[in-house]
Amino acid sequence: MRIKKQITVALPYIILSIIGIMFFMPLLWMIFASFDVNATLAIEFPKEFTFDHWTQLFTDPDILRAFAIGIFLSLGSSIVIVVVSALAAYPLSRFHLKHKDSIILSILFLSGLPMAAIMVPVYQLFVFFNLNDSLWATMLFMAASALPYGIWLMKNFIDSVPITLEESAWIDGASVLVGLRKVVAPLMKPGIFTVLIFTFTGTWGNFFVPFILIQSVDKLPASVTIFQFFGQHGMVFYGQLAAFSFVYTIPVIILYFVGQNYMSQGFGLGGATKG
Amino acid sequence: MAQKTLNKSPYLKALLFGSPAIILMLIFVIGPIVMTILFSFTDIALTGAAAKDVSFVGFDNFVRMFKDPNFKTSIFNTIIFLVGSALIGQQVVGFLVAFLMKGKAKPFRSAVGLLVLAGWITPEIVVAFVWFAFLSDDGTLNTILGFAGMEPVAWLLNFPMISVIFVNIWHGAAFCMLMYQAALDDIPEEVEEAAKIDGANSWQRLWRITLPMIKGAAVTNMVLVTLQTLGVFGLIFALTGGGPGTKSTTLPLFMYDEAFVNYQLGYGTAISLVLLLMGIVLSLLYIRFLKSED
Repeated sequence: MRIKKQITVALPYIILSIIGIMFFMPLLWMIFASFDVNATLAIEFPKEFTFDHWTQLFTDPDILRAFAIGIFLSLGSSIVIVVVSALAAYPLSRFHLKHKDSIILSILFLSGLPMAAIMVPVYQLFVFFNLNDSLWATMLFMAASALPYGIWLMKNFIDSVPITLEESAWIDGASVLVGLRKVVAPLMKPGIFTVLIFTFTGTWGNFFVPFILIQSVDKLPASVTIFQFFGQHGMVFYGQLAAFSFVYTIPVIILYFVGQNYMSQGFGLGGATKG
Repeated sequence: MAQKTLNKSPYLKALLFGSPAIILMLIFVIGPIVMTILFSFTDIALTGAAAKDVSFVGFDNFVRMFKDPNFKTSIFNTIIFLVGSALIGQQVVGFLVAFLMKGKAKPFRSAVGLLVLAGWITPEIVVAFVWFAFLSDDGTLNTILGFAGMEPVAWLLNFPMISVIFVNIWHGAAFCMLMYQAALDDIPEEVEEAAKIDGANSWQRLWRITLPMIKGAAVTNMVLVTLQTLGVFGLIFALTGGGPGTKSTTLPLFMYDEAFVNYQLGYGTAISLVLLLMGIVLSLLYIRFLKSED
């Protein structure tokens, strides 16, 4: 009887530990291999430790450029989304509009559609307007495709800011835009950060969009170069590839930790937060 | 004067505020959706005669699609992928972790939670890469099985769909974990306490109280995750390339092959229309469930 009880107490810990290990092992391989002189495909603690894979990465102008382009695409589209979605969400939160509910539902509906499904016509659109291979246009497309979700999140955040604060600003003679910038925006910091972090992470990890819309090798962001590196060198340079993957993952990890508190708020407010 | 008229019409002002968003979405989202529907009925191609003179071909693309064995394979694979990884896999793992974590020591909980989350925040290309290594002939998994005296297995070649499903569960389970943690926290403690006092064992409490109480959240979550999984491309593309052959080709990969490898944009667009329609149905379902949950 006592043994049975001990098992029931221990069982959840055992199951959770196994799940934890399963989640950690593939990543642990990446960490070890990136410091291992003789990295192989199997997980192994480095017998000969090296920083070479890392230094090679940071001295390779092609890889540094790929990271810079990735930052341009991600930061650019995040900023566009924050500004544009705040402007669009504001009247949806504050104004008395007749068809507000259906507009909000339409936005939610659009946010659910798989953007992969429209990539073929988007490619045609880009070819037609000679936007093919343009980083600016790619950045704007990435912003636009995440916009419905951004507006939805932003609206929920604005809803949580009491309108009385703005009204007193209006009485003091501030315009709606000034009220938005000076009163709502500071109170919405968590919301703004959540939207920023979500879009940055989503764009940073996005492979399909730049893979289709960008052709020049010297314009590709890190998400695509890493794939090509993998394809060209096969799995020969395991160590370097592991280091490349690791460095590419770091910004997302940092953002996650920085934004964790904001994100959990966003999770509660958004109600339906996407990954 | 202009200020006054603006104040009178909230619609005009709302339109003004929303105009950047409306313009961006019209060009890059609504426009392409309309194009998807129109181009599905044409023979538009990247090269050859059809690249210059696009003509309307009626339902030809769809007739061709329903005769194409690769289309049937990719539909089948897509359904297996959605059911296996989104509808069942991620839900079960996410719920299991959230449920088992309840009431456990804080450091242990944070450690497990962090590891599951690590799989979620890792970009899909890196996910594909680390799992390619893990599952390869002389990768970690075969090394471990070797200790147990088992022969190495070429996982990605012999079990491509199972591998892809498993990897996607690994990548996405954290989202379900967070959702179920929130749903489980919403169950009032008194309800569980009362059941305990009434003599219900933990199994009964799970089936009779916990699961029924989170049913609404679970259904909504299932639709949402299925919707997100429908568009998965990079993970499968980098891990198996849809192969061997077409054994792990889902609709997005099939669409890519036809449009960008075989240059059949019209046909590729018709395939995206199928993908889009599936997305539309799921998205409508999602909104419905979300509304009924409130």
